[in-house]
Amino acid sequence: MSSIAVFTKASKLDALQRWLPKLVLAPSMLIVLVGFYGYILWTFLLSFTGSRFMPSYNWVGLQQYARLWDNDRWWVASKNLMLFGGLFISISLVLGVLLAVLLDQRIRREGFIRTIFLYPMALSMIVTGTAWKWLLNPGLGIDKMLRDWGWEGFRFDWLVDPERVVYCLVIAAVWQASGFVMALFLAGLRGVDQSIIRAAQVDGASLPAIYLRIVLPSLGPVFFSALMILAHIAIKSFDLVASMTAGGPGYASDLPAMFMYAHTFTRGQMGLGAASAMLMLGAVLAILVPYLYSELRGKRHD
Amino acid sequence: MATLELRNVNKTYGSGLPDTLKNIEIAIDSGEFLILVGPSGCGKSTLMNCIAGLEDISGGAILVEGQDISGMSPKDRDIAMVFQSYALYPTMTVRDNIAFGLKIRKMAPADIDTEVARVAKLLQIEHLLARKPGQLSGGQQQRVAMGRALARRPKIYLFDEPLSNLDAKLRVEMRTEIKLMHQRLKTTTVYVTHDQIEAMTLGDKVAVMKDGIIQQFGTPQQIYNDPANLFVASFIGSPPMNFIPLRLQRRDGQLWALLDSGQARCELPLGAMEEGLESREVILGIRPEQIGIAQGGDGSLPSIRAEVQVTEPTGPDTLVFVELNQTKVCCRLAPDAAPQVGASLELQFEPSKVLLFDAQSGERLGLLGAARPQERAAKVAQLKGR
Amino acid sequence: MTSRSPLSLSRLAIYATLLAACAVYLIPLVVMLLTSFKSPDDIRTGNLLSWPDVITAIGWLKAWDSVGGFFWNSVKITVPAVLISTLLGALNGYVLAMWRFRGSQLFFGLLLFGCFLPFQVVLLPASFTLGQLGLANTTSGLVLVHVVYGLAFTTLFFRNYYVSVPDALVRAARLDGAGFFTIFGRILLPMSIPIIMVCLIWQFTQIWNDFLFGVVFASGDTQPITVALNNLVNTSTGVKEYNVDMAAAMIAGLPTLVVYILAGKYFLRGLTAGAVKG
Repeated sequence: MSSIAVFTKASKLDALQRWLPKLVLAPSMLIVLVGFYGYILWTFLLSFTGSRFMPSYNWVGLQQYARLWDNDRWWVASKNLMLFGGLFISISLVLGVLLAVLLDQRIRREGFIRTIFLYPMALSMIVTGTAWKWLLNPGLGIDKMLRDWGWEGFRFDWLVDPERVVYCLVIAAVWQASGFVMALFLAGLRGVDQSIIRAAQVDGASLPAIYLRIVLPSLGPVFFSALMILAHIAIKSFDLVASMTAGGPGYASDLPAMFMYAHTFTRGQMGLGAASAMLMLGAVLAILVPYLYSELRGKRHD
Repeated sequence: MATLELRNVNKTYGSGLPDTLKNIEIAIDSGEFLILVGPSGCGKSTLMNCIAGLEDISGGAILVEGQDISGMSPKDRDIAMVFQSYALYPTMTVRDNIAFGLKIRKMAPADIDTEVARVAKLLQIEHLLARKPGQLSGGQQQRVAMGRALARRPKIYLFDEPLSNLDAKLRVEMRTEIKLMHQRLKTTTVYVTHDQIEAMTLGDKVAVMKDGIIQQFGTPQQIYNDPANLFVASFIGSPPMNFIPLRLQRRDGQLWALLDSGQARCELPLGAMEEGLESREVILGIRPEQIGIAQGGDGSLPSIRAEVQVTEPTGPDTLVFVELNQTKVCCRLAPDAAPQVGASLELQFEPSKVLLFDAQSGERLGLLGAARPQERAAKVAQLKGR
Repeated sequence: MTSRSPLSLSRLAIYATLLAACAVYLIPLVVMLLTSFKSPDDIRTGNLLSWPDVITAIGWLKAWDSVGGFFWNSVKITVPAVLISTLLGALNGYVLAMWRFRGSQLFFGLLLFGCFLPFQVVLLPASFTLGQLGLANTTSGLVLVHVVYGLAFTTLFFRNYYVSVPDALVRAARLDGAGFFTIFGRILLPMSIPIIMVCLIWQFTQIWNDFLFGVVFASGDTQPITVALNNLVNTSTGVKEYNVDMAAAMIAGLPTLVVYILAGKYFLRGLTAGAVKG
């Protein structure tokens, strides 16, 4: 009964006001539904087709995934991702935590030092890659510098060594992202209840023990966030490879993102590229779902 | 100023969910001060939002001056509200905060200035007009929030727990000030609170709510002296009413309540109540101030000897706790009359002030139907005179 | 230093470690700058950190010649994309925090996933769509793509900011007679300056630094500077001019570096806000 009253009494303007929030959100909802989920579905469909330079919808079933399975380059890219991701994430975490703890000791000019640690994060991966490509240049980079400085037998040619080129990517990526990890942990450290630390000091614990046993374990959520973001950067990283090695030498430093781009847009293997993109999505989900699950569960506990 | 009537108001957030508001019936006169009081989650704030139009009702009608406003948007209802968090616009000065509603309503700038000046003078915030809310103390923010409501001269004022963010001292001060303001301006006001002292001191009418249902609607005196059920009796009053579980006995044509302190026993005559009560579990309710120390020689009131377990001096009076029927009972005594812990006291009761509740349902059990306490007192006197 | 003498040795070690770390983090930037001002001869005869015999801006001039036009492309892409996506994000966040309706929370959850989306899964359909719209290989097309895929973060920023704003503010304004846009424009936007800064800076660095969308959706004259830089550095033809490469890299990196130095506080808040998602 009252709803009838609402309709008759509300002026047209009022009705518009009621709908405004939905109207304002509508374009974004459309964008998300089409541009996010619709496109994922589309890519998913393409991954079951034999599309090459142009999309064609001849159904080939799981053939593209089977081709990926048999593709040596895809395996190299995947293994590289594991190696690159594992090293990049663990080194960044260790360095970031270490720097954060050191910076937490009432350091003079802390803000200035923090700025230095964090500035690489503001740069494009392309710039980072360009810079490190030059630094690691065999013959003219660090290689030559250290020999000039008197270290005669020094050789540093990882950038052209198929066995070691991935480590070059790791070095550049760590340089770029470890400051960010530092910032995350520093913020976390500042949030730790100081009375806990004082209580531990009263109990006679040494400073390293306090950090290792009490402070850092309480930063579990920060650790988890950092891990998530680093993993995400690793899976998506494309720019760094493109600018530093372009996947080379050969395809020794290929990553899935590079593989996907090369096959889809330059080699006319659209179906295969779509399949590799879907596998990348799967990898992200494999990390994301447990994370979100634990986040939601954690919220319920609060 | 306007009358306000709520007719059978219902509110639910969807089928299957429990009703948030159920069959709310309230009517107040122009200029009256209505208190909605109850524990958190009882629906009092929802009801206030429904009156303001910030939430739609699912059924019933809300009438202001006899006109149904339940379908109108908030801006057309001519209702102003003071929020618990004050909700002052943080980027605007106090002046702009007060003037905002007037500007939206396209009042002439000169009139706005006059109105802001009037309200500022009324609330003594003239010196704060150029400041931002962040630069004000809690009490000052409270005044500005009231000023914003007053500036529009609406038909009805709504207050949503306006004092709960203030410290204890300021709360008492502002309470008096709100009462003064209402006495001067005679505005129709609805005031939501969970504080039963505010409910008692401010309201012309009080509606006690629980689980979306009005438990009792009446004057503060009615609510205090004649609560409709156990919930109302327990919610209103501080320290709260004592509740003593017991069984009644019928003898000599009337009911008796048996009290046992461990040291002594006492029978309280309750008058000729309805049949069948003697077989039921009942709860006897008596307020702390209605238990006194028996004066020597005065045997007209029933009394019982009990051991003092704890005393809590509050200043104006001292709360003394004894145990009756294995229940802790609080007595409010004058400080100079208060005994030591461990001492024995002869406590006397005013049987006419005693209330009975059903132990299962919590409903009030009437003395010979729906007798008022005064009538009951007369009846008890009659019985005694015999 | 106020610390007592037994502690000063360990504090010295801390400072030494931090200073060494600073040096390591700064060296790539120093090398880039140094190299960009060297002559090709100095590069060949010296090493990364050797002081040049002649300081020359020839590298910068040549670099600007080859990537200057693309720098303006990046400006043309970044400025509108940042502004539009921030405005949309602000409106979305406002609705999601203050005007919830059935399904709005679900929508927020769906949107949130966009923060983690590996863009590779949308590249193909997006390029088909841009082609259909006639926006392939245009800067407008890139603006559109950046707006769409920046929406998740901008909405998240504003939604989380507005959630902490008491909704009594909106209710008070409604009783004062203000409508949807009046409340947004007169009350919420003026108090959103910090989050607007965070969002602008975040979007600016994201879009300016983007390479993937640039390389996929643009070609030739419409490419952003990151793509141009990559092309310059990775050409296999001609003599490598490292001073030009480094100057071009500096040109590509300077805008975000300047923003970072000027507004580092907001940059950091954007990063950490992005980290504590939801």
